[in-house]
Amino acid sequence: MSALRAEEETETEETEDLESFRRRARAFITANLAPKTIDEMRQDYSVGDEEAELAEIAHERDLQRMIFDAGLAGICFPRAYGGQGLTPAHQMVLNEEIVGRDFPWRIQVPTFVPCAAIILEFGTEEQKQRYLPPILRGEELWMQFLSEPSGGSDVAAALTTAVRDGDQWVLNGSKIWTTGAWWSDWGLCLARTNWDVPKHRGLTVFMLPIHQPNVEVHRIEMLNGSREFCQEFLTDVVVPDSDRIGEVDDGWTVGTRWMFHERMLFNSPYASHPVGVTHGSMDATSVFKVAREAGLLDDTATQEMVGEARMLELISDAVGKRINESISAGKLSDQAAAIVRLFKGSSQERIRTLGFEVAGSAGAAWSGEGPTTRAAINYLIRQGGSIGGGTLEMARNVVAERVLGMPRERRLDKDVPFRDVPRSRSGSG
Amino acid sequence: MLINPTEEQEFFRATTERFLVEHAPPDALRRLRDDADGFDRDYWRRGAELGWTSLLVDEAHGGGSISGAGLVDLSLVAYEFGHHAAPGPLTATNVVASALSDGGSDGEQAEVLAGLLSGEAIATWCAPELGARPDTWRTAVEIERAGDALVLRGTVRPVEHAGQAEHFLVTAREGAGLTQVLVPAGASGITVEALETVDLTRRFGAVTFDGVRVGADAVVGAPGEASSDVGRQLRRAVTMLNAEAVGAMQAAFDMTVEWSFDRYSFGRPLASYQALKHRFADMMSWLQAGHAISDSACAAAQDDEPNADELGSAAKAFIGRYGGELIQDCVQLHGGIGVTFDHDLHLYLRRLTVNRSVAGTPREHLRRIAGIVEAREGEAA
Repeated sequence: MSALRAEEETETEETEDLESFRRRARAFITANLAPKTIDEMRQDYSVGDEEAELAEIAHERDLQRMIFDAGLAGICFPRAYGGQGLTPAHQMVLNEEIVGRDFPWRIQVPTFVPCAAIILEFGTEEQKQRYLPPILRGEELWMQFLSEPSGGSDVAAALTTAVRDGDQWVLNGSKIWTTGAWWSDWGLCLARTNWDVPKHRGLTVFMLPIHQPNVEVHRIEMLNGSREFCQEFLTDVVVPDSDRIGEVDDGWTVGTRWMFHERMLFNSPYASHPVGVTHGSMDATSVFKVAREAGLLDDTATQEMVGEARMLELISDAVGKRINESISAGKLSDQAAAIVRLFKGSSQERIRTLGFEVAGSAGAAWSGEGPTTRAAINYLIRQGGSIGGGTLEMARNVVAERVLGMPRERRLDKDVPFRDVPRSRSGSG
Repeated sequence: MLINPTEEQEFFRATTERFLVEHAPPDALRRLRDDADGFDRDYWRRGAELGWTSLLVDEAHGGGSISGAGLVDLSLVAYEFGHHAAPGPLTATNVVASALSDGGSDGEQAEVLAGLLSGEAIATWCAPELGARPDTWRTAVEIERAGDALVLRGTVRPVEHAGQAEHFLVTAREGAGLTQVLVPAGASGITVEALETVDLTRRFGAVTFDGVRVGADAVVGAPGEASSDVGRQLRRAVTMLNAEAVGAMQAAFDMTVEWSFDRYSFGRPLASYQALKHRFADMMSWLQAGHAISDSACAAAQDDEPNADELGSAAKAFIGRYGGELIQDCVQLHGGIGVTFDHDLHLYLRRLTVNRSVAGTPREHLRRIAGIVEAREGEAA
């Protein structure tokens, strides 16, 4: 595990003990990071207000620089690249200490995880020296150029193509679902370099600057009004071979770890995340507030819906803990994480439906901002959480095939050149 | 079902499992359908020797747990009961035994408790129905004082194994409070009407108290102040019923997964159809969620944690609803054989169906959760 690698490299030096690290972190945080509530943290700038969002990003870059100068950036990154060379336990201490404080959380994912983690794991010495320190200083923000319009779950079926031209590569294609690409600096890009081998064996990973004439960034408006996601069009983008990461045609080795880091998200030792904070889901308290606003707390049918929302929330927590413990105890394979994905995704769908249902006709049209507004918008984008980060259908396949051991679906893209694999008729979908 | 039981707990669970495999196989359950009591007294005495009735009883009263957490230990027995759709008044007897132990249990009550521990006697709880909040109850029995005597009036239904019990623990309204009394089943003024149910071995009755007189020594706990005792009894009952239901879910699910590999149609096993695989995946998520919330709620009830009522109600509502869907889906995936008496699947469907509707229905528990959320938000405001 690369998380351990950071520890090994610092063995020769004295590692700061956890308590003095905590004191140091707390002193910095108390003096420099303002108190901030969870609701303020959840404030969504991606709905409409561009200037506010850019100001927030600039603020986060500044915060990250302060954290870097204080010797608290990149806890598990080696010192040689601007990190602290400390352990996941130190990162956990930091996660505890930043609770209730202003913090650059937008930078954590995907810049630190998975992008910086992948550079650390697969980058050459020169690449790590070049790219990791600016990331840790908050100067360069990264995005994942991974998904494509031609296919979401089937990531390895990338159509974006890189063709070699001497000591450089020329990239053409389109990437999608990048969060905030319009204010980011670099993209980690999975591209096809060989069409004459099966799909997993013809991929390569590149690093490229987003702000250049040959990359067009288009912002996508989502059903809840958010414009955080982007699509990029790459037209003859030139990338020097020195910005290739990993071996040519061996991009799936990188891709596998890439998706592992992506799944880890805030559980990764390479990102900071205040303990106990979740971002932006519809919860049972919201459903209760909708019921209160509707004056329906004494209505038994409404009570049952509020109770159901809370029930699903409690059980989502419990099932997450249980599956983790079962995996640790060796009672279930690590593929069982898909059970948690499936249960939480389905529950979140149901909770959003309940919130909207409780709102009654007020959910159809309203005035002013309130719990009901949120309930209606959340219902509209209900399926978003069951699609992003892997669809529930993929999770169901994993549970049936990898956990219960049922026969795998027949695959038509195995052992044939990718060129001959049937594809969608159009490039979208 | 615990992920990491201690060695002692695992030995204890496995002992009960072996006993049930030998003494409560499916054919024996089918035969008990026509038995008036639904279980054999000698079977119950031998179960009591294995520890089925002593786990919630204080050592001072002759009980004792395996791990120090008696309710957690008992949930292992309850799980095995569900996993084998086993006969016997497990929930009823344990709730009453624990109430007597907690209530101090002296004099005649100590003798009753000793009988429950040895398996010589059984007892059941004439319980109130759930109110909108964890501290409110809907009682069917009223107590009036007549000199030193307490006089009971009212009808409670359904009461588990009412026709087989030697003793009733009755939760009754007395003025503005709740009082609990231990009444011999043969006391004058008591009639028990046998009810029909779907479980093959579990029996229920409607118990009518028509001016039944008992002395002050029949009171269990503090008169007029039994609300928190009743809350604890309900948590224990709910814990056992949940663990049983999860055992039944696991048995039905395992049986159906195996079937899906063995059963071929159109030249391929059922397990190879994606439409069915996705249903198995959903069922697996409900099953794991059932295990998870059952164990979390049990741990909270064991120590009477502040969130124990909320977790218990979440578990009861979820397992009742989704457990029902899971086993019905197992029936569907079996096809015609799944709706026959000869197949074993219905044994688990029967157990889950009855458990779902006693000690609070899913809807009642959901309303109770809403009451808890409202109280919490009211405090926060």
